[in-house]
Amino acid sequence: MAGQVAIGSRSGLRSALPLLLPAYLWLTVAIFLPLSAMVFFSFMTELPLSGKAWAFTLDNYTAFFSQGLYLTLLLASLRLGLEVTLWCIVIGYPAAYVLAKVLKGRSREAIFLLVILPFWSNGLVRIFSWAMVLREGGILDTALNAVLPFKINIDLMYSYPAVIIGLVHSYVPYMVLTCYLTLQAIDDSLIEAGRSLGASRLQMLKRVIIPLSMPGLVAGAALIFVPVVGSFMEPRILGGRTGTFYGTVIEDQFVAVFNWPLGAALSFILLAVVLAILALAAPVLRRAA
Amino acid sequence: MAGVQVSNVSRSFGAHKALDDVSIDFADGGFYALLGPSGSGKTTLLRQIAGFDFPDSGRIAIGGESVERVPVEKRRIGMVFQNYALFPNMSVADNVAFGLSVRGEAKAVIAAEVQRALDLVQLGKLGGRRPHQLSGGQRQRVALARAIVTKPRVLLLDEPLGALDKALRVDMQIELKRIQREIGITTIFVTHDQEEALTMSDRIGILRDGRLVQEGPPEEIYDSPKSEFAATFLGDANILRGDSTGNGIRLADGTTIAAGAGVSLAAGTKASCAVRPERIRIATDAGSTVQANGNVLRGQVSKRIFAGNNSTYFVERDGQTLKVIVQNTGIERLAEGQDVMLSWSPESTVLIAAS
Ligand SMILES: Nc1ncnc2c1ncn2[C@@H]1O[C@H](COP(=O)(O)OP(=O)(O)OP(=O)(O)O)[C@@H](O)[C@H]1O
Ligand SMILES: [Mg+2]
Repeated sequence: MAGQVAIGSRSGLRSALPLLLPAYLWLTVAIFLPLSAMVFFSFMTELPLSGKAWAFTLDNYTAFFSQGLYLTLLLASLRLGLEVTLWCIVIGYPAAYVLAKVLKGRSREAIFLLVILPFWSNGLVRIFSWAMVLREGGILDTALNAVLPFKINIDLMYSYPAVIIGLVHSYVPYMVLTCYLTLQAIDDSLIEAGRSLGASRLQMLKRVIIPLSMPGLVAGAALIFVPVVGSFMEPRILGGRTGTFYGTVIEDQFVAVFNWPLGAALSFILLAVVLAILALAAPVLRRAA
Repeated sequence: MAGVQVSNVSRSFGAHKALDDVSIDFADGGFYALLGPSGSGKTTLLRQIAGFDFPDSGRIAIGGESVERVPVEKRRIGMVFQNYALFPNMSVADNVAFGLSVRGEAKAVIAAEVQRALDLVQLGKLGGRRPHQLSGGQRQRVALARAIVTKPRVLLLDEPLGALDKALRVDMQIELKRIQREIGITTIFVTHDQEEALTMSDRIGILRDGRLVQEGPPEEIYDSPKSEFAATFLGDANILRGDSTGNGIRLADGTTIAAGAGVSLAAGTKASCAVRPERIRIATDAGSTVQANGNVLRGQVSKRIFAGNNSTYFVERDGQTLKVIVQNTGIERLAEGQDVMLSWSPESTVLIAAS
């Protein structure tokens, strides 16, 4: 019996091979090879391409631990990732709920489009349009002063809040999409059943809807947290001098200082930290879900 | 516990009238079946009573008080959905406990009540399982336990047995009826299945296109249907059409059919007579006994279906096919193509105004 099952699954794998092959080839070429090259670089003193003499070293990794600045920046980036993820939940989850459970037909499609739109626009355009809105004498400042009877100065440009606003705007569609998918899969009759048993809307949310949409929340959080921790574009453009984060330092190594080995080493440390956080969070989240 | 009064309730979706001036009095403690074809408004009516949806006009009262402004969670109803709607993120026991726990009952009280409810539906040992680890019949019983544990005033069931196979369905019918009697709760039961409606309920309401066609005890609806639709929807019926003679009809070929039940109609108007297939006697045409003042028609057997304890004969007569069901008590069988005589008493004939 067990042998039969094994044979069955083995022949299943063999027939699936032609289907899997393109994906594996692509993964090998596009991710595995460059990534291995980066691992290789991260243990070198110089980039071999530059023509200078090079040797193997661990200095790039020890640099992280010997200079407190990197750790401070990494913690700042993790905090940024956490804050942006939380704001995306606060903004994205209710939007997903309304899309999935309140709106129907035409209006749902229209609102959906509005939510997805930032997804389709160019990242730089998105960020620079925020710069126009947030700076002193910008759109937000002018509009508020036109409405309010007293004079206020709004200059959010080059500040931590500006970075948060820009990142949340870029990443909130992920949260809306993943939560929308899990919320839509919740049968309306479950909500009706709960209400007929005497539960208020809030109790339904706490006991049934949020637990059932936990997979979407977790997927959305992971999709947002990881890239935000390594982000550099939004911090650089919207944060100005306050926008120095772990990601911008890595970017500097690659495009300004041309110290690829250090940049690569810092990237892998980030990857290890993020993976460790996800691994630690996994059992907790699984229990919650 | 309480009765439910539905008075002149209408509900439209766009131009479509899902409920059209429906009035039904659901008696306290009774078992009421709502029967009707697909799309006739059964679920819509149940949803108005539950408070998931609200009528455009009309009034609904539970236990004598109008529930117009009472939201679902305050109506104290128990509902069993066609797909059971168990919470997949909770164990069976937590599902059943849900209604008590949102009410803020003490843990010990909840545990005891949940156990009692699970015992009642004979699932006492399965409290720790998840809904997806249960069979269809077990899920249905969990849904029932969850609905009754809060001691609702009214139990609403929307085709709860629809997904079960025949044998399990009959078991569930018996169990549902037992539980309903045990706790004496007013129960409104939606079903597609006429047999289920006949065997389980004290009263039946037949809906068609959002209108209440007929309402009453099962025997009354079966024995004296008020329309061709009621006659053919609940059970089988042969419909003969002609002109009213006052207490019967005259068929196109001049034969008169006497009716002992149903409405009295002015002579000359269009009318129909309904006869149940099992009330008709069938015999070979030659030398058979004919009941005095009975109804008699001659025809030819076109088809016979043998079903073990009974046989169904299809008899051609004047372009119409009549259905006759005969208990197979003897060995005498009529062959296809044979000329036969059908006879039945006027008491078994119901006069119906033409629809
Ligand atoms: N939310 C809604 N929007 C539009 N039309 C609806 C809605 N709910 C029900 N209807 C319509 O109202 C009519 C009655 O529906 P209902 O669900 O009450 O039928 P039913 O008797 O329960 O049928 P079934 O036996 O198939 O469950 C149908 O024609 C249906 O299409
Ligand atoms: Mg229905």
